[in-house]
Amino acid sequence: MEKIKYSELRSTPKLWSLLFILALFIGAAALTVLYIEHNGHIVTGMNNQIVWGVPHVFAIFLIVAASGALNVSSIGSVFGKQGYKPVARLSSLLAMALLMGGLAVLVLDLGRLDRLIIAMTTYNFKSIFAWNVLLYTGFLGVVAIYLYAQMARGVPSFALKTAGMFAFLWRLALTTGTGSIFGWLVARQAYDAAIMAPMFIAMSFSFGLAMFILVMIGTCIMTGRRYGTELRTRQARLLGLFVGVVLYFTLIKHLSNLYVNEHIEFEKFILLNGGIYTLLFWVGQVFLGGIVPLFLLFHPKLDRKRNLVLLAALLVVLGGLAQLYVIIIGGQAYPLEIFPGYEVSSSFYDGVINSYIPTSLEFILGIGGVALALTITIIGMKILRIMPTNLSDDNVDINQE
Amino acid sequence: MKSLTAILVILLSLFSFSALSQEESKISFSPKVPKAVGAPHPEGNEFMRINHPKLLLHDRDKALRLGDREIGNSLKECVACHAVEGEDKQPVTYEDPQYFCRVCHDFVAVEIDCFTCHQAKPDDSILQRLLLERPAPLKQSQAELDNYLQANEQ
Amino acid sequence: MKNFTSKHSKKNNQATITRRNFLNTGMAAATFSLATGVTLMAYASNNDKVSGKTSRWGLLIDVNKCKSDCNDCVKACSNENGWELSEENSKTDAQWIRKIDLKEMASGREISLPLMCQHCESPPCVDVCPTGASFKRSDGIVLVDKHICIGCRYCMMACPFKARSFIHEKVPESQKKSGSPRGKGVVESCTMCVHLVDEGGTPACAIACTQTGNEAILFGDLYDPNSEISIRLATYQSSALRDDLQLNPSIRYQNF
Repeated sequence: MEKIKYSELRSTPKLWSLLFILALFIGAAALTVLYIEHNGHIVTGMNNQIVWGVPHVFAIFLIVAASGALNVSSIGSVFGKQGYKPVARLSSLLAMALLMGGLAVLVLDLGRLDRLIIAMTTYNFKSIFAWNVLLYTGFLGVVAIYLYAQMARGVPSFALKTAGMFAFLWRLALTTGTGSIFGWLVARQAYDAAIMAPMFIAMSFSFGLAMFILVMIGTCIMTGRRYGTELRTRQARLLGLFVGVVLYFTLIKHLSNLYVNEHIEFEKFILLNGGIYTLLFWVGQVFLGGIVPLFLLFHPKLDRKRNLVLLAALLVVLGGLAQLYVIIIGGQAYPLEIFPGYEVSSSFYDGVINSYIPTSLEFILGIGGVALALTITIIGMKILRIMPTNLSDDNVDINQE
Repeated sequence: MKSLTAILVILLSLFSFSALSQEESKISFSPKVPKAVGAPHPEGNEFMRINHPKLLLHDRDKALRLGDREIGNSLKECVACHAVEGEDKQPVTYEDPQYFCRVCHDFVAVEIDCFTCHQAKPDDSILQRLLLERPAPLKQSQAELDNYLQANEQ
Repeated sequence: MKNFTSKHSKKNNQATITRRNFLNTGMAAATFSLATGVTLMAYASNNDKVSGKTSRWGLLIDVNKCKSDCNDCVKACSNENGWELSEENSKTDAQWIRKIDLKEMASGREISLPLMCQHCESPPCVDVCPTGASFKRSDGIVLVDKHICIGCRYCMMACPFKARSFIHEKVPESQKKSGSPRGKGVVESCTMCVHLVDEGGTPACAIACTQTGNEAILFGDLYDPNSEISIRLATYQSSALRDDLQLNPSIRYQNF
C-alpha cells in the first residue's frame, strides 16, 4: 500500500473540450439573464400565481446538494472513517462549487439584479431568507478553511477535526434554513410544516452524495485514474440508505397531511389528480428517483457495478429535481384557501389550479447553474491537488477506522 | 523627440479643432442646465447641485417610512419646477436626453434610477401650487443642512 | 371581535439596517455594528409623525351592501394608482384589488366582496422580506419600499391573501401616477392610498363605493373610539379573513 498522492488534473483535450462545452452552457445562461433583465419576467413562464419557477427548482437543488456533498468529508474527519479521507478534498470542493452554482441561479433570477448589494448590506433578521444569505456566504468561508486544513501540511489532527465539525454543524444549519424557507410559510396549504427542515436535510444527504458519486466516478473515467470497487460499494450502499430515508420522510409528510382534513384536497391534488405534478411525484420522484435506485443499489445479483451505480446516482439527481418541482411549483399551483367552505372566482385566478408553462429560458438559466458548479469543480481540480492519483482498493483501506 | 513633437502637434490640432467646432454648436465644457419655472432656490444653485442627493434620500425615507409629507424636497416638486419642454411643447420624459436630471447626469455618467418607477412628467396641480408659493424649509448653510439631516424628527 | 388596541403598544417593527441612515441621520436609534458598512438600526417609534399611538387606518367592508355586478372600487384603484389589467397579460399584470364572487358550498348563499392587502398587524410579508423593503408603518399601513426591494418574491409566497403582484415588464409612463410610483422588477400591492391618507384623504376605493350609493366600504381610524368605523365594529359582528392565522388585519368584513 503506497501513500495517497494527490495531483492536479492534466491538461488533456478531453478536459478542455468538456470545459468548452460547459462554457457554452454558462454563456447561454448569461445571455438569458441579460434578456430577462431587459424585458422583465414577462418573457419567462413565471407569473403572479407561480412566482417561483424552474430557476428556483435548480437553485434549491444545487444548494441542498451542496450541503450534502460535504458529507463525504464529514464522514472522514468528523466520524473518523479513514477510508473516506482520500476523497474528502473533492467533497469539500464540490460542496463549495454546487453552492456557488445554486446561489448564482437564485440571485440571477431576482427582479432587481442590480440591487444585489442591498441584499448583502440590508438585513431584516426576522426573515429566514436574510439568515440564509449569511448561512450561504458563511458556508463558503467555513468550507474554504476546512479545505485548507485538509490540504495544508502540518495541520494538527485536532484542528482538522474541529474545522470538520464546524463545517458539519454549519451545513446542518444551512439545510435547515433552506427547508425553513418553505416550512415557515404559514399561508399555503403545501408548506407550513416543521417536517420540511429535516426532510430537506435527508434530501441533501441523498442529492449531495449522488452528485458526488457522479463527479468522482466521472472524473476517474475521464482521467483514467483507478477507482476501487470497495469504495464504490460503500458509497453506493450509503446512497441507497439516504434514498430510503428521503422516501420515508416523503411518506410521513403525506400521511400526516392525509390525516388532517384541511389538507386532504391538497394531497388529492398532488397524489391523484394534479396532472404533471402527480406524474412527477409518482413516476419521477418515487419510482425513478426512489424505487429504481434502491433496486439498482441493493439487488444482490447486480453487484453494484460501476455503470449501475452511475445510473442510480443520475436517477437520484433527476428524481430530486422532480421532487423539488413538485414541492415548489406544485405547492404554488394549488390555490390559496382564503375562503374555506366557499366556491371562489375572480379575475386574479382565485380558487383555480394555477397553470405554469416553463419557458426554455428558465431551463437554460437553471442548467447554466449546474454547468457553473461543474466548471468550478473542474477548474478547482485542475489547479489544486484535489484528486488522488490512485483510489484502488489496495491503496484505500475503506474498512480502517 | 521627433515623434513626441508629432504627437503634440496632432493633439493640439485636434484640440483646437474640437474647440472650434464646439464654439460653432455653442457647447461648452460644462453641461447647459435648463432653466426652471418657479422661483429660484433660496439656498442657491450651487448648494442644490451639491446637496440634492442627500436631501432627496433623506426626505424620501421620511415620507415613505414615517408618512411625513411636509417635506421641502419632494421629487414631485423637483420634477414639476424643472420640467423641460420638447419640440411638441409638452414636457419631455426621462427617455429624452434633454430631461433636466439627465443633462448633468449624462455628462458625469452617473445613472439614476428614480424614473424607472417615478413619474417623470410634472403634475399640473403641483406646478400651479409651486408657481404661487415656494416650499418652506430653507437650509442655507452646510451646517444647517447637516443639522437637518441628523435631527431627530421629534 | 378582536381588540385592536390590545397589541398596539408593541414595539414598532421597522428594523432596517442602512449605512446611509445611520451615518446621515443618527436618529434616536439602537445601532449595532455587524461588520464594516453593515449596521443594524431600529427606528425608535416615538419619532413618527404618524405615530401608531394616535391612529390605525382600516376599512370595514359590508358584504351585504357589495353588489356582485359592481366593479367601481377596482376601477377607482386602477385610476388612482396607475395599474391596468389587460386581457392578454392577465396572469402577469398587477392587481391591487379584485372583486371575488363567493358561493357558500353548504348553504348556496352567494356573495361578492373586494379583496386587497389586508394590512395585517403581524404581516407575514414583513417577516419574510430579506431586506426590510416590506414594512408596516406605525399607523398600520403595510407598504413595499420599492427603493430597496430586490424582487425576490418571497413576500408573495408568504401572503395568505394573494394581495401582492410582481411587476413583470417595464411600466409605461401612462401607468405611473405622481402619488404611486411603479416600476419593473419589484413587488407592489394596495397602499391604502397612503399618499391620500397622509394628506387627510380617503382611499379611492372607499370614495368610489360611496359614490355608487352602495356604501359598502367604510374607511376610518380603528384606534379612535369615536370614529364611525370603530362604532360600527363595536356594534355589529364582523370578521377578519384567515382568522385562524391570528394576523389581526386592518381590513374587516361585516356580514361575512
